[in-house]
Amino acid sequence: MSDTENKEKTAGEKMKETAQLLKSVSPTPHVRDKVSTSYLMGMVIAALMPAEIYGIWHFGPRALIITLISIACCIFFEWGFDKIIKKKSTVGDLSCVVTGLLLAMNLPVAVPLWIPVIGAFVAIVVVKMLFGGLGQNFMNPALGARCFLVLSFARYMTDFSYKPGWGGADVVSSATPLARLKAGESVDLMQMFIGNEGGTIGETSAVALLLGGVFLIACSVITWHVSLCYIVSLLAFTAVFGGRGFDITYLGGQLYGGGLMLGAFFMATDYVTRPITRKGQVIYGIFLGILTGIFRVFGPGAEGVSYAIIIGNLIVPLIEKITVPRHFGYKKPAKEVA
Amino acid sequence: MALFTFRGGVHPFDGKALSKDKPIEEYKPKGDLVYPLSQHIGAPAKAIVEKGQRVLMGERIAEAGGFVSACICASVSGTVKGIEKRRTVTGDMVDCIIIENDGFYEKAEPLTDKTFEQMSREEVLAVIRDAGITGMGGAGFPTHVKLSPKEPEKIDTIIVNCSECEPYLTSDYRKMLEEPDKLVHGLEIMLSLFDNARGVLAVEDNKPDCIKLLKEKTAGKERISVAALKTKYPQGSERQLIFAVTGREINSKMLPADAGCVVNNTDTVIAINNAVTEGEPLIHRIVTVTGDAVKDPRNFKVYTGTDYSELIEAAGGFVTEPAKIISGGPMMGFAMFDLHVPVTKSSSALLCMSTDEVAKWEPSACINCGRCVDVCPSRLIPSHIADHAAHFNEEEFLGLYGMECVECGCCSYVCPAKRQLAQSIKTMRRLVMAKRKKK
Repeated sequence: MSDTENKEKTAGEKMKETAQLLKSVSPTPHVRDKVSTSYLMGMVIAALMPAEIYGIWHFGPRALIITLISIACCIFFEWGFDKIIKKKSTVGDLSCVVTGLLLAMNLPVAVPLWIPVIGAFVAIVVVKMLFGGLGQNFMNPALGARCFLVLSFARYMTDFSYKPGWGGADVVSSATPLARLKAGESVDLMQMFIGNEGGTIGETSAVALLLGGVFLIACSVITWHVSLCYIVSLLAFTAVFGGRGFDITYLGGQLYGGGLMLGAFFMATDYVTRPITRKGQVIYGIFLGILTGIFRVFGPGAEGVSYAIIIGNLIVPLIEKITVPRHFGYKKPAKEVA
Repeated sequence: MALFTFRGGVHPFDGKALSKDKPIEEYKPKGDLVYPLSQHIGAPAKAIVEKGQRVLMGERIAEAGGFVSACICASVSGTVKGIEKRRTVTGDMVDCIIIENDGFYEKAEPLTDKTFEQMSREEVLAVIRDAGITGMGGAGFPTHVKLSPKEPEKIDTIIVNCSECEPYLTSDYRKMLEEPDKLVHGLEIMLSLFDNARGVLAVEDNKPDCIKLLKEKTAGKERISVAALKTKYPQGSERQLIFAVTGREINSKMLPADAGCVVNNTDTVIAINNAVTEGEPLIHRIVTVTGDAVKDPRNFKVYTGTDYSELIEAAGGFVTEPAKIISGGPMMGFAMFDLHVPVTKSSSALLCMSTDEVAKWEPSACINCGRCVDVCPSRLIPSHIADHAAHFNEEEFLGLYGMECVECGCCSYVCPAKRQLAQSIKTMRRLVMAKRKKK
């Protein structure tokens, strides 16, 4: 009796041992790069920091409050949406933090505090999650929300008055530099480059945004194709059709003003809503530049970056269709027949 | 000198330092030797021995089962124990000849008694065929078939693939350092088959000592040159290598011969030399036993048919519990769930890793970052193709040239969302190929 029991035990143990000896298998490759989605998103957040910090310093504590509300709401809406549809939370990929940050940087500092809440809801729930979450949205969530807010709450979204700095008492309520340019006035390029002007929280400092953009390109998080093509084609367009020729002040104003830097480096380059091939990215960049130029020169308002990028997002599938790259060893079909 | 290369590719951690400086040691098998009848591309070989029969070292035990096939020679002398199904590296159960080693290593007659100078072309090819030589880089394509293209006069370049772009592998590196004369002579033998061809030894520039040594050995030889390649994976992929050396591109419907090229791996060329000059069939190969889970990583000269588990013991056993055991390199090798499988002609390494990087990450949504597009050596859009593959969308899959994939795995390697892109594409390619075969 005890003998058979012993035998069974050893047999069972043997089975267990064999099972432990079995190793996990998987198809090739068996190694992975360290770069992950959350790393890439983290890099974007880091690159946005100079402009955001400048914005807080320039516009005062209210800018910080709006940013925090925006980010917190974006995280909350994404977490809540996942909870309701019973999916594993995707907050960890940090893309909602990027959206929240970008949204706040696209808001004027004077907006009521419920504006970022509504913006976050539109960005995360309407534009992103309802279409299937990260990777499925056809439009940049932060920009989609901004355009929604501009259309719905135009009075708040175009009020660029602010109390400069942390102790400033006098309210500055001049028009944005681009609006002044359009009205035929002159602008101080140096002030625009540094960012000492009116505008949304994150768009004013061209130098801080440029720094972040160059950082992203240097770390190969983004490539130069979209940003450079966008900026160059916009400058070319305004030089030809702007009516001021190669006036340095005018072109410089177009370059530093109106959220072009923010748009070209951080929103037009959004992975999900730009074409995946280099060729497509060049076409997309040029398209955005021309469209922005049309809005700025011929449109009723002074700005056009947000709408240009959103319309650009919509034509991305078409660009993708015509820019399928030729594979390695491609031979013309005619040759194959012969 | 400008470096030859191609567009795309990745730079995984190469891990070669583990075994790079360990000279090749011969390992004599302890247990029975197992010879799978299908260890090459093409028809399985046919066994020509019976149970109980005594065979000599180097004696042919299975003959080619078709035109694209190769024979198999015993690597030891001993008695045939039987022919039964055994598991191989791919996990399949394959008919195998099992030989009990008598420990005498009694040699059979050499393949030929003529010297290379006395042989005609046909005789050289016959010796290569009878030696059972197949591509030793991994795929295992029968070498004599490769060396008999339809129009041999159109072949103008013979490339010896010394790139060894797979991380961790050092078997070719050691061979180049220890037996450069055999390598160069093997190439000369191949050149004798193709009058219009030049020979190129293509080495990645992470092996400057090999480049220097081979340049010295080939000095004064007009038809042979050494090409330094940029170090990156998959530099040793046949299509990418041909492009790097000659600038010619071939696609999935073409053979290297269509670009006037014949490509052979380092070890294969040395096997050709040994067969032709010494009449020795292919019965050994160099296996790198390495990885962070192995106590003493080394390069062994192994008799084909040896059980993998013996090699682990010979390398001092494990220091930590390995999470993943791979036959071959980490980019293209086969993961094994069991160590009891035989070394074949195309086994290049036994890699034991203490972490399973694939299981560590959970795949998440594609963010369209385009990193897979940047690294794809076939210039495809892996993320889109994998998407269509996952939905069995054959038309769209073919429309984006899914069949042009070389299955190098660069896309899966770089994907920040850790998606199994290469796996999806491979699966779909198998389905399409099976469907085409049916027709």
